[in-house]
Amino acid sequence: MTKFCVTLRRLLDWENRVYTQGLDSLGKDALHVVAEDSAALESRFQKRVDDDEKIEPKDWMPEAYRHTLIRQISQHAHSEIVGMLPEGNWITRAPSLKRKAVLIAKVQDEGGHGMYLYSAAETLGISRDQMVGQLLAGTAKYSSIFNYPTPTWADVGAIGWLVDGAAIMNQIPICRCSYGPYARAMVRICREESFHQRQGFEIMMTLARGTPEQRRMAQDALERWWWPSLMMFGPNDAESKHTAQSMRWKIKRFTNDELRQHFVDVTVPQAEFLGLRVPDKDLSWDAASEHYRFGAIDWREFQNVLKGNGPCNRERLEARQRAHEEGRWVREAAVAHAKKQRERAAQAA
Amino acid sequence: MITEQEWPLFEVFIRARAGLEHKHVGSVHAADARMAIEHARDVYTRRQEGVSIWVVRSSDITASDPAESDSLFEPARDKVYRHPTFYSIPDEVKNL
Repeated sequence: MTKFCVTLRRLLDWENRVYTQGLDSLGKDALHVVAEDSAALESRFQKRVDDDEKIEPKDWMPEAYRHTLIRQISQHAHSEIVGMLPEGNWITRAPSLKRKAVLIAKVQDEGGHGMYLYSAAETLGISRDQMVGQLLAGTAKYSSIFNYPTPTWADVGAIGWLVDGAAIMNQIPICRCSYGPYARAMVRICREESFHQRQGFEIMMTLARGTPEQRRMAQDALERWWWPSLMMFGPNDAESKHTAQSMRWKIKRFTNDELRQHFVDVTVPQAEFLGLRVPDKDLSWDAASEHYRFGAIDWREFQNVLKGNGPCNRERLEARQRAHEEGRWVREAAVAHAKKQRERAAQAA
Repeated sequence: MITEQEWPLFEVFIRARAGLEHKHVGSVHAADARMAIEHARDVYTRRQEGVSIWVVRSSDITASDPAESDSLFEPARDKVYRHPTFYSIPDEVKNL
């Protein structure tokens, strides 16, 4: 894919140079021609998207489409990587060998999902190092849900059930995204994610059917994770600045509020099954619309966590920075070893 | 201090089971091909998705250019006689 991207970038550079040179020598008339060309390209592109054709890495695409995808896919990748931390916290203290094996597999999956996504983003012309650099420098965003702590084992259950549940709801429509590599990565992720949600629900079910103290743990975890899970779908539609354009480009298929409503509708009966109480006094079933009505979300909290002031923002970033620093010698040794092997092979030949 | 180099990118192809072809599944970064195989194993075959892995440096792939799609693929478009349905054979003729 690098080659594709390099070729693409070269092509774009070349195009730019030609256009600029053209502008220099031809004056204002050329500007008109360029504008017309790019309008034609853009309308052809939109036609392809409208016809549900997939866009592949080497195809022409508007720069804004490319940037939107790079932003969204890299944020998504970072979320998977940072998402390993809250649950990783419980690997050494899982209550049984079975739970421990399952949790390791789940956390490893999150790492794998990050890799699929970084690899998809790289097809758009950004390098892995650039993306990792942005995460470590604190300039990249990731899902703010991972800035909440996991003080009890029930949190592992609640994360699987609610956080992965919300993630699946967000991700399933992206399997039909107009950009081929992102859609393919998402198909792979969604296939794996449903095990995450089911193991989480099973943990909650075990606790809910356990001792009074275990029930309290499950209830407490639900209370702490419910609202942040609803915030995972992003701002209300009226406030969401990217939604309209992303839907035109078929990067997004449903609005934030539609997805959030769907999540509430399917999750409330699951909480009832567990005999746990959803922490929302305004929650009620509306028979006319066949949807649950739910209370207002505290967006100040969301904005605050997004700005870096959540309970664990600093800790998460520091953990990633430390891992990167501590792994530096391994990366360098691997490069040195590969170089030595190449040189030996060259000598032998 | 050595400035860190990015590990090169490798494209990964997986054979799902014997009898099927290797199919492109994505890419990994690795210092060399052997490490790329190990990374591909961890990233792309956690659920028995494969029995064989190929990796190839992405920079070694030469791809066709979408701008040349027409000149490359258009000539096949009007050669419908390459398909069996082009030929009309009476129904009473069997096994054809």
